[in-house]
Amino acid sequence: MDRYTIYITLLPFIGFLINGLFGKKLNSEKVSGIIGSGVVGISFVLSCLIFLQMLQSGAEDRLHTVQYFTWLAAGSLDICFAYQFDQLSIVMALIVTGVGFLIHVYSIGYMHRDPGFWRFFAYLNLFIFAMLTLVLANNFVLLFVGWEGVGLCSYLLIGFWHDRKFDKGTTSDAAKKAFIVNRIGDFGFLLGMFLIYKTFGSLNFDTVFPAASVFNQGDSTIFWITLLLFLGAVGKSAQIPLYVWLPDAMAGPTPVSALIHAATMVTAGVYMVARCSVLYALAPATMTVVAVVGAATAIFAASIGLVQNDIKKILAYSTISQLGYMFLALGVGAFSAGIFHLMTHAFFKALLFLGAGAVIHAMAGEQNIQKFGGLRSALPITHKTFLVAALAISGIFPFSGFFSKDEILCKAFDQGSLLYYLVGLGGTAMTAFYVFRLVSLTFQGEKRWEGDIHPHEAPKVMTIPLIILAVLSFIGGVAGIPESLGGHNALGHWLEPVFSVASNKLLFFPTVEGETLEYLLMIISLGVAIGGVLVARNIFLKRREVAMDLAKRWNRFYQLLSNKYYIDEIYDAAIVNPVVKGSERVLWLNFDIGIIDGAVNGTAKLIGVISQFVRRIQTGVAQGYALAFVVGIIFILGWLIFG
Amino acid sequence: MIPLHYYLALSAALFAIGVVGVLTRRNAIIVFMSIELMLNSVNLTLIAFSAYLGNPVGQMLVFFVMTVAAAEAAVGLAIIIALYRNKQTVNIDEINILKW
Repeated sequence: MDRYTIYITLLPFIGFLINGLFGKKLNSEKVSGIIGSGVVGISFVLSCLIFLQMLQSGAEDRLHTVQYFTWLAAGSLDICFAYQFDQLSIVMALIVTGVGFLIHVYSIGYMHRDPGFWRFFAYLNLFIFAMLTLVLANNFVLLFVGWEGVGLCSYLLIGFWHDRKFDKGTTSDAAKKAFIVNRIGDFGFLLGMFLIYKTFGSLNFDTVFPAASVFNQGDSTIFWITLLLFLGAVGKSAQIPLYVWLPDAMAGPTPVSALIHAATMVTAGVYMVARCSVLYALAPATMTVVAVVGAATAIFAASIGLVQNDIKKILAYSTISQLGYMFLALGVGAFSAGIFHLMTHAFFKALLFLGAGAVIHAMAGEQNIQKFGGLRSALPITHKTFLVAALAISGIFPFSGFFSKDEILCKAFDQGSLLYYLVGLGGTAMTAFYVFRLVSLTFQGEKRWEGDIHPHEAPKVMTIPLIILAVLSFIGGVAGIPESLGGHNALGHWLEPVFSVASNKLLFFPTVEGETLEYLLMIISLGVAIGGVLVARNIFLKRREVAMDLAKRWNRFYQLLSNKYYIDEIYDAAIVNPVVKGSERVLWLNFDIGIIDGAVNGTAKLIGVISQFVRRIQTGVAQGYALAFVVGIIFILGWLIFG
Repeated sequence: MIPLHYYLALSAALFAIGVVGVLTRRNAIIVFMSIELMLNSVNLTLIAFSAYLGNPVGQMLVFFVMTVAAAEAAVGLAIIIALYRNKQTVNIDEINILKW
């Protein structure tokens, strides 16, 4: 097994090198596309082989660390380039390579005739490499390498069409925003790593996590470590208060939004917290912070999504909201429920984005859902697959989202508090509402577009990934059907060895609650979801004037939502503008021009003034110089003889 | 036999004459000749010591100096001719272009 594990990440990197170095020369969409998706496909097959091997071995033999080389060795610091294959990382690797492969294939159709086709595939392959390094790393430093690598690829791909207009600026502005906001989180992550090294003297998972068990629950060092690491997760996974970059990240091509900003990269924070579950279990205060941030983000982002009109923005806020659910799960100690939702979300959200991409593709770049309508007949496959994803994200039985969301809500009720549950339930209702508002306005009703647009179904290379993802969105829940519904919660048991230490540390044990209660909770959340769906369909298909009426009656609230609570404006006024204006007016005009330039120019001027006098010595008369030599020699001789 | 310090005194006198010539004369040709005089005074010292110590290295060195001096005379005269063609003079007070 060890021999070919490295190829899981090496192949996408080779794909990146080939496409990046020779893609322009090859100038062939076929070659670039096949290499780009082929390497990821092979990675997926390799991940499957490792997964099968794990299935065959006993639960205690499944953890497997492969060390490739020593990367850094300085004093007591010893960092290896090593991958760790265990139940958690293989699940992540399967999601990344599996969903990633489908999105690569889809991109062949979506990016057809784009002048940067080869560049796009090079970036995507680099992303897969970085993301796999992130999830497979066996120490914090290597994880951080992947963490920064995916951030870089995110930046490159958001600004892929760097000269296109986006909102008030260009896509480059959106890319910069994503990068800079992430930097705040990464700063916290770095500080967290320093603190881990100071406390444990190592950065390897297999040293740090066992060593953590000697600490008492509520230890203040562990609290700070987990809080700082969580700051990194907040940036990467777009949670309050650092979520603002994700809606702008929609400036990138749609497959990028599907792969990076929905299915994989943004879940890196969830993965990292789950990976450090042992540390988090020791810090109940941080757990509360995680749960509160998650719950708040879930409902906050969902409420913004209710009134947006850009098809990708709605999905972006939806992603933020769903990530909030995952953090809520982590925060109440239901780590495997968080990972389960991560997996189902990867399926249905990637599908939603790819479906949206097919719609945008068909509508010649239009993204405003008010200008769609009645697309079901023109895009039958996209419509059907989109509907599957919409039902899954709304949490309708028996689609995958039902099981994962229900598990989170159950755990939130059982181990958290009623408040978490109610917030989660409110978010569910909103999710069902905004997704079906989107479906109704896009695919159903009457056509509302004008001009010379003839929507047509996407080519096979795009629809086949849609169909596969639709199947996964439908049956993905099988991995975690709870016992009360006759299932085995297979994923939960699979991940149990990874999280058992943390679960044992937590004051509340994950217990199976009374079955009647569980049924009751399921029926409530299902009812709420169906209610949301029906209300949305009713309003947006039959009585659109109701929507206008509501918007008018609650005008101030509507304005607040459609302007996204003015958070961007507040950040601009409170942070961005003071920094920019302060730099321009104070630092540049006074400090740079006044002090630094003044010092440099002043030195030059001073030397110039002195030179005006000193240069008189240079007469140009050779005999004068010769006299100076002779006098000098006489002095030296005198010093040698008499000195 | 003539004692060593006679030679050295003569050599020092020749050298001093050369130095004064270089420093005081304004004709480039004369300055040049003064330099040659200084070189030859050094040669004289070398020969004197060589004979006094019975060591032939001094004589060998003199041949080197004479060779270099010949080459230097060729280059030096060429420079003076080039100067004269440009400036129409060999008065070194008027050739003070080596300055700011």
